[in-house]
Amino acid sequence: MKQLADRTLRWRSITESRLFFPTVAFLLVLLFDFLFIPGFFTIENRDGNLYGSLIDILRNGSTVSLLAIGMTLVIATGGVDLSVGAVMAIAASVAGILMNPSALRNEVFFVTDPTYTFQPLWVVIGAALLVALICGLWNGVLVAYMKIQPMVATLVLMTAGRGIAQLITNGLRVQITYRPFAYIGQGWFILPFSLYIVAFVLLVTWLLTRKTAIGMFIESVGINFRSSYFSGIQESKVKLMAYTFCGFCAGIAGLVACSNVKTSDANNTGLFIELDAILAVVIGGTSMSGGRFSLLASVIGALVMQAVTQSMYAIGVQSYALPAVKSVVVIIVILLFSEQVRGLFLGIGAKKKEV
Amino acid sequence: MSTMNDYILTMEGIFKAFPGVQALDNVDFGLKKGEIHCLVGENGAGKSTLIKVLTGVERPDAGQIILDGVEIHPRSPQHSQTLGISTVYQEINLCTNLSVAENVLIGREPRKFGRIDWSAMNVQAANLLKRLLDIDIDVTQPLDMYTVAIQQMVAIARALDIASTKILILDEPTSSLDANETQQLFKVMRKLRAEGVGIIFITHFMSQVYEISDRITVLRNGKLVGAFETASLPRVELIAKMIGRSLDELDDMSSIKLESSKHIKAEAVLDAQKVGRAGSIKPFDLQLRAGEVVGLAGLLGSGRTETARVLFGVDKPDTGHIEFDGATITDHGPLGSIKRGVALCPEDRKAEGIVDDLTVRENIVLAIQANKGWFSHVGIQEQYEIANRYIEMLNIATPTADQPVKNLSGGNQQKVILARWLATHPQVLILDEPTRGIDVGTKAEIQKLVLELADEGMACLFISSELEEVLRTSHRIAVLREREKVAEFSGEVDEHVIMHTIAGSEL
Repeated sequence: MKQLADRTLRWRSITESRLFFPTVAFLLVLLFDFLFIPGFFTIENRDGNLYGSLIDILRNGSTVSLLAIGMTLVIATGGVDLSVGAVMAIAASVAGILMNPSALRNEVFFVTDPTYTFQPLWVVIGAALLVALICGLWNGVLVAYMKIQPMVATLVLMTAGRGIAQLITNGLRVQITYRPFAYIGQGWFILPFSLYIVAFVLLVTWLLTRKTAIGMFIESVGINFRSSYFSGIQESKVKLMAYTFCGFCAGIAGLVACSNVKTSDANNTGLFIELDAILAVVIGGTSMSGGRFSLLASVIGALVMQAVTQSMYAIGVQSYALPAVKSVVVIIVILLFSEQVRGLFLGIGAKKKEV
Repeated sequence: MSTMNDYILTMEGIFKAFPGVQALDNVDFGLKKGEIHCLVGENGAGKSTLIKVLTGVERPDAGQIILDGVEIHPRSPQHSQTLGISTVYQEINLCTNLSVAENVLIGREPRKFGRIDWSAMNVQAANLLKRLLDIDIDVTQPLDMYTVAIQQMVAIARALDIASTKILILDEPTSSLDANETQQLFKVMRKLRAEGVGIIFITHFMSQVYEISDRITVLRNGKLVGAFETASLPRVELIAKMIGRSLDELDDMSSIKLESSKHIKAEAVLDAQKVGRAGSIKPFDLQLRAGEVVGLAGLLGSGRTETARVLFGVDKPDTGHIEFDGATITDHGPLGSIKRGVALCPEDRKAEGIVDDLTVRENIVLAIQANKGWFSHVGIQEQYEIANRYIEMLNIATPTADQPVKNLSGGNQQKVILARWLATHPQVLILDEPTRGIDVGTKAEIQKLVLELADEGMACLFISSELEEVLRTSHRIAVLREREKVAEFSGEVDEHVIMHTIAGSEL
């Protein structure tokens, strides 16, 4: 009897964990791959570096993962940031133009020298991230101090941002050849270098939110901003911080993305990616109305999104049809997370709690 | 004497229970044709539940409702409306961006060739307002062009026009109206009364009860106290019936209170001078001293909560100034107050108190942490220590400190909020209805705790709609009436005098 009770308790604590459902979703997608895609799980070892479909999921999912980390904080406050894709483009443009300023002179000349850069790497990265931070700050001011609805406020930068990115690059695509910069998105140190960036950002954000009071304040504001205000929490500052940090994460994602394709393209860098990031957070179990959040669950959510994309490519879905297929999968995943289905899961191994 | 036939509505033996509370306990109610009948009682008395039963929002557990001699079973607000029972709620549920005419006739627009006949609609709406309510306004203007009173009347016109109304229920329609607007509304009510409509009027303003009503039904704690002719019920008796204290019963001051009154400091910790806020509370003076419990008495809507909000700084005063320890406060606001050592347990526990998804522990440390800022984190070990200390001290019934606070009962949630503020070690503690919706035992515990805290040197402001409780816990009592501080009593307080002051009548 006691054993059974213990088992029930353990099952409950597992199913009630925020990581449970995103992990189940991820495993389901992998199960699909295992059954239908031969060789999906093969991992090659080339000169000590690992390659394979699984590694690709992790690597290609790194931009959405980075965005999802920042987005989690914003959504937890009860908001949303639609501008992350545009902020990625802005950060990429700043980085691109600082390495290869030929676009400014309206010349199209292809730099082929992999050691050439206009500005040193730290200036490139620093300036791009600073600009992204300012973009986030702008969103934060609109939402927290001007009291504009988050969706409307961030829509401003979502539409204007690509224009700003075009202005920075003079409307041209900027080739990036500088090899140290290319390492960000393409480098390999046993695992792809971008994975280390994700892990680092995840760790720092976790420390920042859970080893200070910030995480609790964000959740408190997202759950009940009036009670929070009565308790002395400054809602505006908390929100400003969340949006600014989200912009910063989008900046990092922008650097990874443009480094990966060796091009800073104001029109296409991070196009429509904000929706993937929001979905990743939702799959990670954070409510769109704000409240409790888990950063790790959001990152797993991002990997679910990427795994779906990758699997669709692998079974031969054409890229133009991908959004349609992906949306079907997303609907299934979201349904899986609905309260009703969750109730079914919780029902396994545990009789309805006696009240 | 009236015969049964005068009654357009009788409700008999109505019972209604919600989990943990008997909201209506054998309540009878009768409404005559062409009368204005006030339904009064403090919060939780059962007024709104009775109205909900009548309008079909809630089904009674037992009892019968007879309208015009026929037993009815209202299933929904729509259903009760077709039966002839119309309701206008406190919050106007109209579309303020649509025109007056659209609002009046929405869903029943006159049509021509399948399309809305706009000119006919405007004429019809204008006639309706003129005929029913005797008001003459441009019905093509959007509703938000007009005052709240006019909006209220448009809502009434709409309610009256939908069905041939036998009963009109006005649920606190005057709470956001000024004196002129209220008179405008009363004019309409008198006109309808003359036409034979039975009106149930709910208000917290005693002067309005006496100005407009013919009869009064008093509810208390879900039970019927009685129905009375307004003319033969003096104000002070009405108040006594509402709060359940008879005049000759005098409260004996407890020994602990006498004992603690010796330690009251002479100078004020918090000193409000001519502090007021337009539309909220008229300028008042109030001193809170260390070691003293000051009670705020007054009816609901008399400005009790508003006083607390201004003192704590949730609302900024627009006249006067507040001194803390002799220095004038410039940074009003919760965080500033917490830093000074002022705490407020707000009245609305759900909306302003608890953060329901957070755990008991997190809820308790919230204010301390807000005071410390983002980066000087209260360590997890320390959080558990603080939480467990107050769980034990206040007897909070929770399995662990990690339980989400939403799973706790109302009384325990209230204790969690109290713990949040006690943990900040305040010098001034403002308690707004700390015992509402709490069982009797816990109530006594909290009252005792307040006196003990004062004894330890805290300055307390104790707000409650139960006069008995205020009398029992307070060394000094300030009385509010209709958003104004009207009197202050200290020392031996005569309950009789306080009741008259609350009621605003002569002794």
